[in-house]
Amino acid sequence: MPEFNWPESDRRWRIGKHRTRVDGPDKSCGAAEFTYDVKLFGMLYARMLPCPHARARVISVDTSAAEAMKGVHAVRVIQGPGTEIKWAADDIVAVAAETEEIAGDAVNAIKVDYEVLEHFVFEEHLDKAPEVNPAQEQTTGEPAQAFSDAKAQSEGYYGCGVVSHACHESHGHVAHWTDEEHLTVFSSTQAVTGLVGQFSEALEIPAANVRIICQNMGGGFGSKFSADRWGIECARLARQTKRPVKLMLERGPELQIAGGRPSTFARVKTAVDADGNLTGWDSKSWGTGGPSGTGSPPLPYVFEVPNRKHQHSSVPANIGPSRAWRAPNHPQACFVTMTALEDMAATIEMDPLDFFLKNISLTGVRAESYAEELKLGAQMMGWKRKWKPRGQNGDGPVKRGLGLSLHTWGGRGHQSNCEVLIHPDGSAEARVASQDLGTGTRTVIATVLAETFGLRVRDVTVRIGDSRFPASGASGGSTTVGGVSSSTRRGAINALEILLQKVAPELGVAPEELEAVRGRIRVKASPNRYLTWKQATGQLGVNPISAAGSNPGPGKLIDSGVAGIQMADVSVDIETGITKINKMVAIQDCGLIIDMLTAKSQVYGALTMGISYALCEERIMDPVTGRLLNDDMEFYKLPGIGDIGDLIVHMMTGPGYDERGVIGLGEPPVISPGAAISNAVANAIGVRVPYLPLTPDRVLEALEKGGAA
Amino acid sequence: MPEGKRPEENGSGISRRDFFKTSTAGAVSTALISKQGMAAPGEVTKFGPDPVKIKLIVNGKGRGLKVEPRVTLLDALRNELDVTGPKKVCDRATCGACTVLMDGKPVYACSILAIEAEGKQIVTAEGLGSPDKMHPIQKAFVENDAQQCGFCTPGFVVACQSFLEENPNPSVKDIEEGLGGNLCRCGTYKGIREAVLETAAKGGIDA
Repeated sequence: MPEFNWPESDRRWRIGKHRTRVDGPDKSCGAAEFTYDVKLFGMLYARMLPCPHARARVISVDTSAAEAMKGVHAVRVIQGPGTEIKWAADDIVAVAAETEEIAGDAVNAIKVDYEVLEHFVFEEHLDKAPEVNPAQEQTTGEPAQAFSDAKAQSEGYYGCGVVSHACHESHGHVAHWTDEEHLTVFSSTQAVTGLVGQFSEALEIPAANVRIICQNMGGGFGSKFSADRWGIECARLARQTKRPVKLMLERGPELQIAGGRPSTFARVKTAVDADGNLTGWDSKSWGTGGPSGTGSPPLPYVFEVPNRKHQHSSVPANIGPSRAWRAPNHPQACFVTMTALEDMAATIEMDPLDFFLKNISLTGVRAESYAEELKLGAQMMGWKRKWKPRGQNGDGPVKRGLGLSLHTWGGRGHQSNCEVLIHPDGSAEARVASQDLGTGTRTVIATVLAETFGLRVRDVTVRIGDSRFPASGASGGSTTVGGVSSSTRRGAINALEILLQKVAPELGVAPEELEAVRGRIRVKASPNRYLTWKQATGQLGVNPISAAGSNPGPGKLIDSGVAGIQMADVSVDIETGITKINKMVAIQDCGLIIDMLTAKSQVYGALTMGISYALCEERIMDPVTGRLLNDDMEFYKLPGIGDIGDLIVHMMTGPGYDERGVIGLGEPPVISPGAAISNAVANAIGVRVPYLPLTPDRVLEALEKGGAA
Repeated sequence: MPEGKRPEENGSGISRRDFFKTSTAGAVSTALISKQGMAAPGEVTKFGPDPVKIKLIVNGKGRGLKVEPRVTLLDALRNELDVTGPKKVCDRATCGACTVLMDGKPVYACSILAIEAEGKQIVTAEGLGSPDKMHPIQKAFVENDAQQCGFCTPGFVVACQSFLEENPNPSVKDIEEGLGGNLCRCGTYKGIREAVLETAAKGGIDA
């Protein structure tokens, strides 16, 4: 059996380099086809009627006018009389019609009577919640003792509201029955393989009859693992009308029902000894993720304070159910913890960089990485030169401040299968039923395949996004890069092994004395004895080599557990309350990096998304109607190109990192920005703005209450 | 309001454009738009409600189609002409994913009626270049990885092309102000900034 490993650093020609993404030209030229772009012959357009109430019982549904409309082909009641609706914009009826416009008219013509019920959407005020579900208190060590022995204590309140995933391509599908028993669905999904079973079960056809296709998808961020009820309805409309049907959510419902990150609010106390060592933590947190509430964020985050107590309460609310949002629960836990620690540092008048370094051993196995990254980040930020204690940031109206944070994530590669083909004409191909969310999945597979075969990236073909290829895991939790890179590597090594055995006699050596480098199969000991790749594959006859690779599998190709730190430099105008990002520094490890360019893009993107939830975006609920007030992109604010400042990203690579193997990267860098930016604002203006996003009104309110600066 | 009819409350609130689109189920009456251009004072040209035949010039090619007067340029391009580079995201002139050039000026195709675009030159990302023969800004987008999921990209590319035409040697501040009309969720702004600067440095959009 061949050895399964990554090449040593001096033998990596493709891996770890800055390589442009293989589907970049298609995307920038508008040639990449997304689910939203799919148009099939005879296709109908579907629209759904959303419920206007946050909580209501459906009394009656009258679809007669809609059904009578010219151009309307099907009307399906999704949630009929008697159903209790638990969040606004939940889908009541679906319509399929000749055009989008007619479908819209039909939806407008449907009459629904509701019995409007009491709702609850404003969970920050815990005392007003009709239902609170406290979890078991978790205690480690002797927190009471730690607080009574403390040299100093700090107390604070911190909160971040619900944010939407706000994918640019809304959720949706195009369903096409190729005959009565066979369904093909084009889906905007993070789970090409995973959707097969969902459609087959709901539509009661064999999984073998379902095909899912997703060549390009316009953002998921954790919200696109499910076929969703509207996906199943789309397939039912298609079955009923015997026509392909496209159902993409409109923007309003997209922001309300297709994903949200749970809110978290917390009251935190911390304690230190006389040397500034963290000794005690006490937190009570709560939050909502919709009608089922939410799980507990991991508090305290990363720092395992020796004496700690934590209790979380889940608060059900009448908002669209939460979905995994990039690093589920970590951004909230990180925000609560790192802000509380920075407040403690300010209390004991210590530079938070020194305070974090002093307590770094509490971070456990990655402590050395954190320390190294903090020192490097401090250099890149000019921390020691620029940092000033709270309240000492100048006399003018614009205050400048620095903040920092750190985070962790697992990111072990998921189950993945890959088929690698070497064709007699020399072309090489990898097939994986994975998906590229924009993270660079295609580019990673192409890079690994090219590296293993000694070919150029443009000489290999990657086929993904089709459930007919070998099954591969959903893209969530930063598991894809580890999964597909290792399954592709194993498949490619297996395929190459077959090729080497085939050509070894011609070169007069044993197969293990050969290597594939620079377009050649050559003898390791005498590189001038070689066959070109094409000469070699030409000996295959008519059939290609087909070899499989899987993850998990033999050899250590992947790992999990990363460390990252981030620092923010902000300016806050204390007259307007406006916060501007001057600069952010992100230092991140993720083991062996396959493609440096797309890896760094993940971090730049995460910083930008972090700036978004730190400064701009939130769901604003109307407590009276229970509806989302900002259900469009004009008022559901995302930052623009002028809002991000200077972003510096440094990836930790080389000895100590590379040999760990590949680790996922999508989640970790999005965890820290909220905390780092909040800490920078507190440092700038001298008071804590307790709530994310740090909108001007909240900054001014905090200044007024705090009276400092 | 041609028929004096109030549209039914549809539950999610009615935006001005929804209201407009609903009301135009009656007809579009306008003194400003006509096939001949500006109408004479007092003269009212009436379109619809039935589909009307129009001709759009998209990426240099004349394309005939029949659309209801209320159909937006974006929906006409995507649903009728299969020109899917411009994307539908906000559908109300906020995010810029549908940006196209109309007679050389960048516009949000989601907020222009197809009948308004009749006879005008429409250019989309597909019209700027193709994967085999990319426009300099498209090439710079690839080289600077100014794209992730790629859904905002075609609109951004068109906006950048138009911006560079107006600002051949932009500063970072110019870019921040001039390209504020397009939004990206994946967070590719840094790459876009660099792509625009690099394109300008390499001789601009005509290089």
